[in-house]
Amino acid sequence: MIKWIFAIMLIISAILGAIQNKISEVSSAALNSCVEAVELCIYLTGGMCMWGGIMRVAEKSGVTDVLAKLFRPLLKHLFKGLDTSGKAFHAICMNITANLLGLGNAATPLGLEAMKRLEEEEGESEVTSRNMVLFVVLNTASITLIPTTAASLRLKHGSEAPMEILPCVLITSACALMVGLITAIIFDKGERK
Amino acid sequence: MSDYVIPFFIAAVMIIGLVKKVDVFSEFTEGAKENLKAAVSVLPALVALMTAIGMFKASGALDFISAIVSPLTSFLGFPDECIPLAIIRPVSGSGALAVFESILTDVSPDSFAGRVASVIIGSTETTFYTIAVYYGITKVKKTRQALPASLAADFTGFVISALTVRIILG
Repeated sequence: MIKWIFAIMLIISAILGAIQNKISEVSSAALNSCVEAVELCIYLTGGMCMWGGIMRVAEKSGVTDVLAKLFRPLLKHLFKGLDTSGKAFHAICMNITANLLGLGNAATPLGLEAMKRLEEEEGESEVTSRNMVLFVVLNTASITLIPTTAASLRLKHGSEAPMEILPCVLITSACALMVGLITAIIFDKGERK
Repeated sequence: MSDYVIPFFIAAVMIIGLVKKVDVFSEFTEGAKENLKAAVSVLPALVALMTAIGMFKASGALDFISAIVSPLTSFLGFPDECIPLAIIRPVSGSGALAVFESILTDVSPDSFAGRVASVIIGSTETTFYTIAVYYGITKVKKTRQALPASLAADFTGFVISALTVRIILG
C-alpha cells in the first residue's frame, strides 16, 4: 500500500510539475525535503530520549501500573490478547494519556515506544498485527479533549468565542475514531476468512 | 494551564521514584539510550515520505485535486474554502496549520467556513506522517488496513465537522 502511494506521489509530482510550469519548485523540494526529514528526526530524537527516560523511571516506580489499571477496563476489549501488565500496554496507556491532555510532543515518542514494545511482545513480522493497526488508528484519529492549537489561532484572528467549537470537536473526534476502529476491525475479520 | 502538566508530571514521577528507591538517573539514561537507537531507525522512512510530500506539494497537485473534488464537497455541504485544508490535513501537519492560518485571514473565525476549519484542525491528525513514523520503527512492511481505516476516519471527520457546526452552532 505505502509502496504504491510513495511511487505514485513522486510520479505525479514530476508530471504535474512539468505541466503547471512548477518544475523548478519540485526540483528544489526534492533536494530540501530530505534535509527537513533529518531535522525532524533530530527534533524527535530529543523528545524520544527524554520521554524514554521518564517512561523507564515511571515503569520502575510503578506509576505506569496505576495508569494501566485506569485504562484496563476500556482497552482490554480493544487490544485483544495483549498482556495488560506488559510494557506495551503501559506505553499505550501513557500515549493515550498524553494525547487526551493535548501533549502532542510527548504522545509521539510514547507512541513509538508502544509500537516497539508491541513488536517485542507479539513477535517481529513483515505484516502488521491487529493490535498495531488499532493503536495506529487511535493515533491518526485525534483524541485530544481540548483543541488548544485551533482555539489559540481563532483567538489570534479575533474570534469572539474561541472555544465555542469544543462540542463540535468532541463529537467529530468521537465519530471519526469510531469509524476508523470499526473499519479496521471489519477489514481484519474479512481478511482472515 | 497546560503548561503545568508536563513539569508537574515529571516532578511527580521523580518523587515517586525516589520514594520507591529507584536509581532515577541511571534508569533515565538507560531509557534514553534505548530510544536513541529507535529514533535513528525512523529516519529512512521519514526521508522517503517527506521527500514525496514536499515534491507533491510543490507540484501544485493540491490545487488540482481541489478542482476535481469540489462537486462532491458542495453536495456534502462542505465549504469550498476548507477543501485545501481537508486535502493537506492527512499529509502535512505544518502545511495544514499554514492553510488554516490563511483561511482565518480570508474569512472570520466565527463564519461557517472558519468554524469548520477550526473543528477539522481540532479533531483530526496528520495520518500519513503518523503511519510512516509509527511503522518506521518496526520491521513491518505490510500495514494492511491501517491506512484505509485511518483515511476513513479522516473522511468521516471532514463530513461530520461541517454537519456539527451547522447543527450546533447554526
